[in-house]
Amino acid sequence: MKRVLAHVAIIAVGIGMIYPLLWMVVSSVKPNDEIFSNPGLPSAWTLDNYVVGWDAVGFPFLLFLGNSALVAVISVVGNLFSCTLAAYAFARLEFRFKKLLFAAMLATLMLPFQVILVPQYILFNNLGMVDTFLPLLIPKFLAVDTFFTFLMVQFIRGLPRTLDDAAAIDGCGPFTVFTRILLPLMRPALVVTAAFTFIWTWNDFLSPLLYLNSRESYTVPLALNAFLDSEGASQWGPMFAMSCLSLLPVFLIFLFAQRHLVNGIATSGLK
Amino acid sequence: MFLLPWLIGMIGITLGPMIASLLLSFTDYNFLRAPEWVGIDNYARIFADDPRFLTSLGVTFTYVVVSVPLQLAFALGIAVLLNQGLRGLAFYRSVYYLPSLLGTSVAIAILWRQIFGADGLFNQLLGLAGFEDLPNWIATPELALGTLITLNVWTFGSPMVIFLAGLRQVPSELYEAAAVDGAGRWTRFARITIPMISPVIFFNLILQMIGAFQTFTQAYIVSGGSGGPVDSTLFYTLYLYQKAFRDFDMGYASAMAWILLLIIALFTWLAFATSNRWVHYGED
Repeated sequence: MKRVLAHVAIIAVGIGMIYPLLWMVVSSVKPNDEIFSNPGLPSAWTLDNYVVGWDAVGFPFLLFLGNSALVAVISVVGNLFSCTLAAYAFARLEFRFKKLLFAAMLATLMLPFQVILVPQYILFNNLGMVDTFLPLLIPKFLAVDTFFTFLMVQFIRGLPRTLDDAAAIDGCGPFTVFTRILLPLMRPALVVTAAFTFIWTWNDFLSPLLYLNSRESYTVPLALNAFLDSEGASQWGPMFAMSCLSLLPVFLIFLFAQRHLVNGIATSGLK
Repeated sequence: MFLLPWLIGMIGITLGPMIASLLLSFTDYNFLRAPEWVGIDNYARIFADDPRFLTSLGVTFTYVVVSVPLQLAFALGIAVLLNQGLRGLAFYRSVYYLPSLLGTSVAIAILWRQIFGADGLFNQLLGLAGFEDLPNWIATPELALGTLITLNVWTFGSPMVIFLAGLRQVPSELYEAAAVDGAGRWTRFARITIPMISPVIFFNLILQMIGAFQTFTQAYIVSGGSGGPVDSTLFYTLYLYQKAFRDFDMGYASAMAWILLLIIALFTWLAFATSNRWVHYGED
């Protein structure tokens, strides 16, 4: 009986949480006027909203999806490259000031992004990089997303050091140990890093808002914002249609990587 | 050598800009002319003569103080329910976790704007339940912040997952022993569960608090970048953004950024300082 009650409670809250999402998806295939009057299923199904929304911001939405995908994929490559290197150094190598540098890295976990916002903007502006994707991408190759470096340091520390030692005795240098021994074992941490980097970059609004000015370089969140600005509240159907499209990649990653994601945040939080 | 990219990043785009931002906070800089040293003038203006700054501070504090405990309470409550060895745990956990991944996106903020609009979904449902004369939640100064708090509470999935992992570490013998001694459900929850997972609560508190202080996207989209109505959703970061990139008052914005850093540091320090009273670490 208690079990049944628990199930009922969990399902009820779950439906409450998912209902807004489902409603948005259903609304995107509803006639526009029903969005304001009908909280359930539509009287007729239509793809008009997708057709209207696709060209609503002056360029086909595919351009924005493409921009976002480009930025997100390169960011994933950047983070995988830079964070693994830094994590390997912190977890396995000995060097001067290691403790101090590690503490500095941990401190940046708590650093609000706003503190470096203005000078970073001035820096990239002086380098002539405003309105290119470079300000969004360069930081990813410099291991600025401390969270992932930290996650991987913890992961590598959990791998037995005897593996490294055995490889070293067989004549492997640190680089070979890293690429041949550790990297293949780090797959779960790499998946988590790749998935979260993709999702966070895909959703990111503030950085593109600062650095991308011309419409053809907009990422999806900027395009949605421009759509909202130009149409106000009159075009909810097409807006929901494009919003659904914008959430689709995140949802797909969630479907395929959810086990890794859930385990990733659970362990990084605890150990 | 392995450390090189990180070191360049650390110095070039974290530490360097941090120091630059501190220096800029003592200058008047509008992006066109060279920065001019003005001492503590920015800080003096912020505290003495900027009602909007105090408003933004109030909005942000309210948001953090209300939404973070609510979010954590939901997360812990559902995690405890899920942790009874129910079937379908993995499925439920995923369903609850999904909003956390989507919650900071522009798309969801747009959805929220519709849901809590005058003829939005929320009012449609309330209308079906028989309520009349419903407000436009987004456009009412007293209610607008509440809609954003709801949005943050909605993303309780990620602390919940961390709670679940913590709950699994609590040895079941403790509960059995307590049950034998006649402890009821609530006593067991208050006397065993809470102390045993207090390090996890602490960790989630710090994480969500730091995140909540930096809320930007949702506030920007829901208010169309203005922080309205009547500055009722003027989040700290939104105001900072307006100062830096609409008024081009870069020195002022830098000073605000450093004040934010100090506030977050202070709250984090407070959490750590009081933690020995309520956070119990086991002898592992």
